[in-house]
Amino acid sequence: MSALFPLTLRDVQVRRKSKRVIGPIDLVLDPSGPTILIGPNGSGKTTLLRVLHGLERVNKGHVGWTRNDPSRHAFVFQSPIVMRRSVAENLAYPLRLLKTPKQEIKQAVDDWLQRTGLTAVRNSPAPRLSGGERQKLAIARALIRKPDVLFLDEPCANLDGYATREIEALLHEAAANGTHLIMATHDMGQARRLAHGLLFMLDGKIHEVGSAADLFAAPSTDELLAFLRGDIVI
Amino acid sequence: MFEIWDGLMAAFWLVVTFDAALWDISLRSLRVTLTALVIASAIAIPLGTYLAVQRFRYRRFTISLINAFMGLPPVVVGLIVYIMLSRAGPFGVLNLLFTPTAMIIAQVVIISPVIASIAHQSMRELWAEYHDLLISLNTSKWQRMLTLVWDGRRNLLTAALAGFGRAIGEVGAVMIVGGNIDNVTRVLTTAIALETGKGDFALALGLGFVLIGLAIIVNLAIHTLSRTEREGRW
Repeated sequence: MSALFPLTLRDVQVRRKSKRVIGPIDLVLDPSGPTILIGPNGSGKTTLLRVLHGLERVNKGHVGWTRNDPSRHAFVFQSPIVMRRSVAENLAYPLRLLKTPKQEIKQAVDDWLQRTGLTAVRNSPAPRLSGGERQKLAIARALIRKPDVLFLDEPCANLDGYATREIEALLHEAAANGTHLIMATHDMGQARRLAHGLLFMLDGKIHEVGSAADLFAAPSTDELLAFLRGDIVI
Repeated sequence: MFEIWDGLMAAFWLVVTFDAALWDISLRSLRVTLTALVIASAIAIPLGTYLAVQRFRYRRFTISLINAFMGLPPVVVGLIVYIMLSRAGPFGVLNLLFTPTAMIIAQVVIISPVIASIAHQSMRELWAEYHDLLISLNTSKWQRMLTLVWDGRRNLLTAALAGFGRAIGEVGAVMIVGGNIDNVTRVLTTAIALETGKGDFALALGLGFVLIGLAIIVNLAIHTLSRTEREGRW
């Protein structure tokens, strides 16, 4: 898929104030499509994503990318972080950091404004956008650098169906263009629509891992079966 | 009550008759204060921003020290600067005592902690908002600081205006290091102190009203030029 993979996690553990948040996790990830993390609240999905992206340090173990290049990663947070700038300036920001020529920045910004349907608000202050628009902007800003891997932490939480559909369209397009998606979600419908590979997390550990088609059709543990049924799993 | 009315009338006449001495004193007040403001901002804004983004061993102590220096007694600052610049002092050779430059130095010492402390507060809040995004974009420390200063520029303007307010109304330090010499180091505050000492309360009040008017005009001008209240801004 990408030169960054396979990704290997060996005995990865994260602790906060002596409380185990995730781990121990041993995992080899060499995906050929979007990978979705599912699991109940507090199961460690967000922490695992942050560890993979390098936002969180591990207390024990090792995270090994085949080629470690953080500039080829991007992250979309559950609560989209928008800068106190206009929409267009938000999009231009990651490219400015890379000292991309002005003309290329303008073209890329115009292109992404059009793809996200944000052209009409290009000069509006980004903090004034609606929740769905802010999330689209955050995804576009993450994708404008054409990352190899895009981490998404419940990007459609609190969004309505229309906004969710627009964001999923952007994600499908990104995946088709070669960006590997690793996404945490609570939305089982979304997981079924997007997932190629599936990771089920429970109590800070990877409880089940496999292809989405197999795990949705025949979960091999009672916990995943219960979770997929909508039962409360602790 | 009559004295306040007399003061208002005196201020009115001084302004409408284009009193040469008043203009001279007012322009000197502005020149000294604005120069001190620019120098202090150039020192204090990067310092406040650095303290917001960088963790180091004596960071808390440094922040506490700057906060404590916000309340530096101007007469003490004036006395210290006087000793440093007097003939027997380490910088006596520069012959700066009783010059506008000495007044600028004293004002820089007085207002730098004010600007640094307020800048640090606002940069700390912005850093908390931007932290994950700027780390995930793999920014350098320098890029982070520049981004925070640019996006927080309106808050920083408030910090600078607080410094301006402290400097334009300062009398103790500028009196000591400037000497209140007519046509050389006399500014509005020292002129007010002089006229009060002479018992000419109407003129002192008149100069006081001019000082207040000047402070309001400068604040309005800076707000207008920076368009802080423009609709669509944040």
